[in-house]
Amino acid sequence: MDKGTWKVKTGLAQMLKGGVIMDVVTPEHAKIAEEAGACAVMALERVPSDIRAAGGVARMADPAIIKAIMETVSIPVMAKCRIGHFVEAQVLEALGVDFIDESEVLTPADEAHHVWKHNFKVPFVCGCRDLGEALRRIAEGAAMIRTKGEAGTGNIVEAVRHMRAVQDGLRQLRAMPEEELVAQAKALGAPFELVQEIHQTGRLPVVNFAAGGVATPADAALMMQLGADGIFVGSGVFKSSDPPARARAIVLATTNYNNPEILAKVSAGLGAAMPGLEIGAIPKEALLAQRGW
Amino acid sequence: MGVLALQGAFAEHLAALEKLGAEARPVRLLADLPGLEGLIIPGGESTTMARLLAALELYDQVKGLARDGMPMWGTCAGLILLAKNAIGLREANLGVMDVAVRRNAYGRQVDSFEADLEVPALGPPPFRAVFIRSPRIEAVGAGVEVLACRPGGEPVAVRQGQLLGTTFHPELTPDLRFHQLFLRQGKKRAARAKGKGQPEPRGRHDR
Repeated sequence: MDKGTWKVKTGLAQMLKGGVIMDVVTPEHAKIAEEAGACAVMALERVPSDIRAAGGVARMADPAIIKAIMETVSIPVMAKCRIGHFVEAQVLEALGVDFIDESEVLTPADEAHHVWKHNFKVPFVCGCRDLGEALRRIAEGAAMIRTKGEAGTGNIVEAVRHMRAVQDGLRQLRAMPEEELVAQAKALGAPFELVQEIHQTGRLPVVNFAAGGVATPADAALMMQLGADGIFVGSGVFKSSDPPARARAIVLATTNYNNPEILAKVSAGLGAAMPGLEIGAIPKEALLAQRGW
Repeated sequence: MGVLALQGAFAEHLAALEKLGAEARPVRLLADLPGLEGLIIPGGESTTMARLLAALELYDQVKGLARDGMPMWGTCAGLILLAKNAIGLREANLGVMDVAVRRNAYGRQVDSFEADLEVPALGPPPFRAVFIRSPRIEAVGAGVEVLACRPGGEPVAVRQGQLLGTTFHPELTPDLRFHQLFLRQGKKRAARAKGKGQPEPRGRHDR
């Protein structure tokens, strides 16, 4: 029996497809997420909008919180480590979390290097803003990718920008003649082997979810129609006025993303969405998506 | 052939069926069910799929089709939905296959594994099976045939009449023999429905 193989790591990401992964900070939240039909939860000390409001250094969550959430739900539990903080990742692996998110939502621990994720048995998901960034993370061993968006804003515009950038990068590579691939690998800052693979297949070798700004069922369906394999919802559920109803609606919208009648039905009467943030109103140095490279 | 497409690895099953030249389509709504010769319930999160089955009012129909003899194949979470006894699942499930399965019985993701299985019904070579947070089959009823066991261990592939269950994911590997096996079951049933069905010899695979 072989454990921790690439197949087993990327396979779990494939099982999450078409699903919604929800940020939770308490076992009660986790329960609500599971009952709404979330396919996994992300165990945190604070949701991104609170991290943004609190300022200071954001770190891996208290293992006691993560453990309490793991004991409460039967669906996969993810947790975040800081970019480049491989010891936080070791701690999370020892706790037995099912997936580690090396996340720009936390304060980076290394400004030059991400975690070498091949060293771990537990799979990693990493954020990206374009194809080059996605391929660099995959080269380091990420078994799943998510577009970054701008976490904690309830504003979908950055998620759309990043998803379009990734899809556009894929289309360009697919259409490119072979003799241009080496130069394109250089331009993307991505390993040639991955560039060549995408030229042949037209798709990322791992699952790609959308994250950062999903606040409504229509936001989730928008990202699915733009090509996301599934959805991360951070502050969007538990900063809204009726988290259980909104969580259920986002799950149904993600499954039926191509069916406007169902989207209309599930979007009705959900109460207030989280208050949003205009991206232009955020100081440049406070933008989370620019963390990582 | 239909693949339940509420959540999980349905696209992989559709791709495998298409490679074999079978007509396949995703099933999300009641309107997608009529005319199917069989249904695959893919891997994914069983709680998520169970809740979506209920929310989209698919339960009674799918259960009725299984009872009427439609071939169905559950992989991993799909088997949890088919099992009469799904230990650790709080949601209602289809409950049509006479097996007891326990969710996440091998541990968390770091305990997920790959293994080579001897499957007499497929013949050699062994089948490379991928187990992801998979359920464990703890008991099988009298009418249930065991197609494969984990090396030195419990059953991991079972068949009861037209129902097939695997705790692993044949849709994640290029070996399509389980999909062929399932398609043959569908054809047999379609032939029987026309009143001229011939039982096929077991223990070989026609590639």
